[in-house]
Amino acid sequence: MSSAEGWRRRLPLLPALIFTLIVTQVPFLFTIWYSLQNWNLLRTEGNQFVGLENYIDIFSDSTFRGAALNSVLFTVACVFIAMLLGIIFALLLDRSFAGRGVVRTLLITPFLIMPVASSLLWSISILNPSYGLLNWVIGLVGIPPVDWTSQHPIVSIVMALVWQWTPFMMLLVLSGLQAQSKDVLEAAQVDGAGWWRTFISVTLPQLRRYIELGILLGAIYVVNTFDQIYLMTAGGPGTASANLPFYIYQRAFLGFDIGQAAAMGVVVVIATIIVATLALRLIFKSFDVKE
Amino acid sequence: MATQTAAPTPPAGKETRAGADPVRKPARRFNAGPLLTTVTWVLALVFFSPVLWMVLTSFKQESAAASDPPVFFFAPTLDQYRAVLDSGAGSYFANSAIATGVSTILVILLAVPASYALSIRPVKKTSDVLFFFISTRMLPVVAVIMPIYVIAGQLKVLDNVWTLVVLYTSMNLPIAVWMMRSFFLEVPGEVLEAAQMDGAGLMKTLWRVLMPMVAPGLAATALICVIFAWNEFFFALILTAGQSATVPVFLVAQMTSEGLFLAQLSAASVLASLPVVIAGWVAQKQLVRGLSMGAVK
Repeated sequence: MSSAEGWRRRLPLLPALIFTLIVTQVPFLFTIWYSLQNWNLLRTEGNQFVGLENYIDIFSDSTFRGAALNSVLFTVACVFIAMLLGIIFALLLDRSFAGRGVVRTLLITPFLIMPVASSLLWSISILNPSYGLLNWVIGLVGIPPVDWTSQHPIVSIVMALVWQWTPFMMLLVLSGLQAQSKDVLEAAQVDGAGWWRTFISVTLPQLRRYIELGILLGAIYVVNTFDQIYLMTAGGPGTASANLPFYIYQRAFLGFDIGQAAAMGVVVVIATIIVATLALRLIFKSFDVKE
Repeated sequence: MATQTAAPTPPAGKETRAGADPVRKPARRFNAGPLLTTVTWVLALVFFSPVLWMVLTSFKQESAAASDPPVFFFAPTLDQYRAVLDSGAGSYFANSAIATGVSTILVILLAVPASYALSIRPVKKTSDVLFFFISTRMLPVVAVIMPIYVIAGQLKVLDNVWTLVVLYTSMNLPIAVWMMRSFFLEVPGEVLEAAQMDGAGLMKTLWRVLMPMVAPGLAATALICVIFAWNEFFFALILTAGQSATVPVFLVAQMTSEGLFLAQLSAASVLASLPVVIAGWVAQKQLVRGLSMGAVK
């Protein structure tokens, strides 16, 4: 391949690549620079270079550790439960019955509702201790009312997140189910495999890539969850339900501690890259099988 | 929530497939179809009920909206919708429309050539480039928001809707490149060879031959971009104020400014969600296809 030909092939890629480099990487270089400064907008002496001091402070900050733990907890719980429900819904939808289109439309909707709207809906309309719908429902079976967002902030947020992300998982699994060839299923049944056996040994392996991808994409978005926490619990009570994005936001825009917040951002990015590299290698491995 | 009721369904599913099998146990055939359909409908309605509740609340008077026990039967009113529209929602919707529309067009303009280069004429290290794109999406937004805030301040583009356009474009571009690449991979190689034989150049091949073939994929990609841009809150919260604030910011302002008006807030939430919900309902086939292809191929 001549170098002219090489450039001709690369040229269409360049605008997107250059745009992405400028908009995402340049600010991140600034973040690294800020993270080495002692820079608090509330103090008048300005910013001074302090090296790695901010990083050392982070690791002795128990709130940071709590927020990190919450980030992992929200992501794992939400992605796992949403995927489980998504698989169940997808299996139920993968047969013809009266009103199937309507049911699918109903099940997709939570994914389409604006997250800010659904956060407000959950915290005020559904989970409110005095007139919330959920307390009325559990009251029907004699369970006393619960102040969900203050007594169980993490459960409350996971509920809202699962509700929003289940349709996404369902759609992915559903398209996986619809892509599987009916011949294989019939062959399994002729061989006398029951429904469960067919599901475990034929359907599930075929769905693997769809499930892996749902987990990956879901995790990318859920780990960055901000709206639900900001609007449902404000990270509280105290910092009990803060995740890393919310805690960093607090440090930067309420505490004006730019240096600290930047250092936390850098740590989060490094951790994300490590986890994501492992996850993507896994996904790419299953890509290569096909290509 | 649907969690508790969902558990018993897979065993029920077992009955159908086994029941539908004429070879095994024809004598004890049990048709679980109606039962499964009922279970599916009940689950769907339970899962959908928060939305239904939001819509119902938006047609209530405030006194009925925050009552214990909840009110299910009432004389519906449009008062809340009138109040929301009178409170100046229009400019917020206009800002959201610009940020969403323009950023989606930009994403498509950038993503189509890029994904074309990555699929049909693979550059060296295709997977490295793909990995780079998706890794930018994993970068937590909070890690770059402070420099963006400072830079925008120095460029005097704080509270400017075009700042959101640029950021939403960079937010959606990686996913769009991934999705579009998968649609291009679906195009048979012979089609391209034929176009090349006819002496069609790059632009002509892309525009005349490929675009019609990937049109449904393009629609799905655009829809995903629209959903994420319309619903975005974090950038809008930090980078906009009165001038260029978008619909999510408007919703939050509704909640905090004049105390809590539940019915009015519900009406505002319904209006805010409506464009994306309708688009998603209309294009759900493309959405399913787009997600699966973009995801797996």
